[in-house]
Amino acid sequence: MIWVDTIIQGILLGGLYALFASGLSLVFGIMRLVNLAHGDLIVMGAYLILVLVTLLGLSPFIAVFIAMPLMFALGWVLQKYLLNRTLGDDILPPLLVTFGLSIALQNALLEGFSADSQRLPTNALTTASVEAGPITLGVMPLLTFASAVLVIIGLNQLFYRTELGRAFRATSDDATTASLMGIKPANIFATATGIALVIVTIAALYLGLRANFDPNIGPARLIYAFEAVIIGGLGSLWGTLLGGIIIGVAQTVGAAINPEWQILAGHIAFLVVLLIRPRGLFPRAND
Amino acid sequence: MALLQTEGLVAHYGDFQALFGVDIELREAETVAIIGANGAGKTTLMRSIAGVLRNEAASVSFNGAPIGAQAADEIMAQGVAMVPEGRKLFPSLSVEENLLIGTYGRKTEGHWTLKTVYELFPILAERRHNPGTALSGGQQQMVAIGRALMSNPRVLLCDEISLGLAPVVIKDIYKAIPQIKAAGASMIVVEQDIAQAMAVADRVYCMMEGRVTLSGTPDNLSRDDIHNAYFGASH
Repeated sequence: MIWVDTIIQGILLGGLYALFASGLSLVFGIMRLVNLAHGDLIVMGAYLILVLVTLLGLSPFIAVFIAMPLMFALGWVLQKYLLNRTLGDDILPPLLVTFGLSIALQNALLEGFSADSQRLPTNALTTASVEAGPITLGVMPLLTFASAVLVIIGLNQLFYRTELGRAFRATSDDATTASLMGIKPANIFATATGIALVIVTIAALYLGLRANFDPNIGPARLIYAFEAVIIGGLGSLWGTLLGGIIIGVAQTVGAAINPEWQILAGHIAFLVVLLIRPRGLFPRAND
Repeated sequence: MALLQTEGLVAHYGDFQALFGVDIELREAETVAIIGANGAGKTTLMRSIAGVLRNEAASVSFNGAPIGAQAADEIMAQGVAMVPEGRKLFPSLSVEENLLIGTYGRKTEGHWTLKTVYELFPILAERRHNPGTALSGGQQQMVAIGRALMSNPRVLLCDEISLGLAPVVIKDIYKAIPQIKAAGASMIVVEQDIAQAMAVADRVYCMMEGRVTLSGTPDNLSRDDIHNAYFGASH
C-alpha cells in the first residue's frame, strides 16, 4: 500500500511541475522561444503574492487574483518590447537575453528581499488532508493538481475554441502569412507571454504555499518545467501534464527508496524518456 | 482615379535589387493581370503592395492614401487582401478555421461569409473539418482564395493561383473569378499562364527583370509584343 501512496503523491506532485511547465510549453509552442527566466519569473510571482499578502493583509488565494493581471501586463510588455526583438532565424539571441534576464531577476530579488527563505502564510486549508480509504491525501497537493488540470483544459479551450486561439495557431504556423490575414504577430506573441505569466502566477501560489522559496531557486524550477515539456513533446499541453507526472512519480519513488535520490530520480526518468522517445511522448507533427 | 497605384516602386532583398521603379495602377472594379517569366519580380511586387516588404510610403497608394510604409496587417485592415504564392494554408487549422482566420479581429460587412464562400467552392463545405493541408492542391487554392475573400476586400491580390495545378483544376478556379469580380472586388492577378491571364484581365502588365516592359489591354497587345516583353528578344 505504501507504493500506491507514493505513486499517488508523485502524480499530485506532477501537477505542480505541470503548472511550472505549462507557461513554458505555451510560449515555446507559439513562438519557439525557450524562456530561460521562466523559473525566476515563478519565484518573482511568489514574491509578488507575498508582498500583496503582507501589504494588504489578504489571503494568498485572494492575492493571486490581484497578482495575475499584474503579471499578465509584465509578460505583455516583456515580450512586446524585449523578447520580440530577439526572435528570428537565429535561436541564440532569445537564449542569451532570457539567460541575462534570469540573472537580473535573481539579483533584483536578492536586493529587494535578501537571501532569506520565505513562505506564503499557511492556514487550516494548507495543512488539511482527506482520507481516501487507507490513503491520506493533502488538500494542497489535490488543489495543485486540480489547478494544473484546469489550466490545461482552459488553455486547450482557448487554443481550439476561440478566435484568439486560432490566431495563436496560425501565427505559430507562419507569422508572415498570419500578418497578411490582419494579425499582428508581435501582439499575438505578447498576449501569449502575458497568459504564460498568469499561469506562472498560479504556479507561484502553490510553490509559495507548499515550500520555502528564496531568490535562487528559479533555475531548478526551470529545469523541472523544461523536463516536463520535453517529456510531453514540445508544444503539447496534455503531454506537459504527463511529463510533470512522470517527473513527480519518479521523484517520490526515488525518495521512497532513498531520500537522497529524489531529485536525481526525476532527472534520470527524463533521460530515459529522452533515450526512448527523443521528440517526447506526444510530438507535434509539424515540429 | 486609381484605387491602388505603385509609383517608382523599388524593392531589395539584401544587396539584390528586385524591382526598379515599377509603376502600375488598378482602377475600381478592374482586373489587372501581371505576367512575366520566373524571376521577373511579380511576386516581389505583390509582397511589396501587401506590406510583407516595406517601401517608401508614397511608392504604394490605396484609395489616395500612401500605404507603402505600412505593415501587412494594417494594409489588410484597409481592404487589400492577398492570396499568397504557394497557398500558405495554416497546417494547424482546419479548412473552416483557415477561412475564419480571414476575419480575425473585425466584423466585416459584405457579400463574403462562410456560407457564400462554400457556395462558391462547394467542395470546401464537405471538407470543412479536415486539416487545410490534407486537401488536394486545387482545393487548397480554393481555401486560400476563400480565406482572402472572408475579409470582404476591396482589392484582392492573387499570386500565381494556377501554379502547380492540373489544367482542369485551373479551369475550376478561374471559373470563380467572374463571381469574385461581381461581388465587388478589384483584382490583381499574377500569372505565368498568359492565355489564362488574357482571358480574365481588363488590362495586362508584362514584367521582366524587375521592370514593367509592356502594358495594355488584351485586345490591343499582339502575341509578338508579349513574346518580346516576356523574353526580352524578338524571335
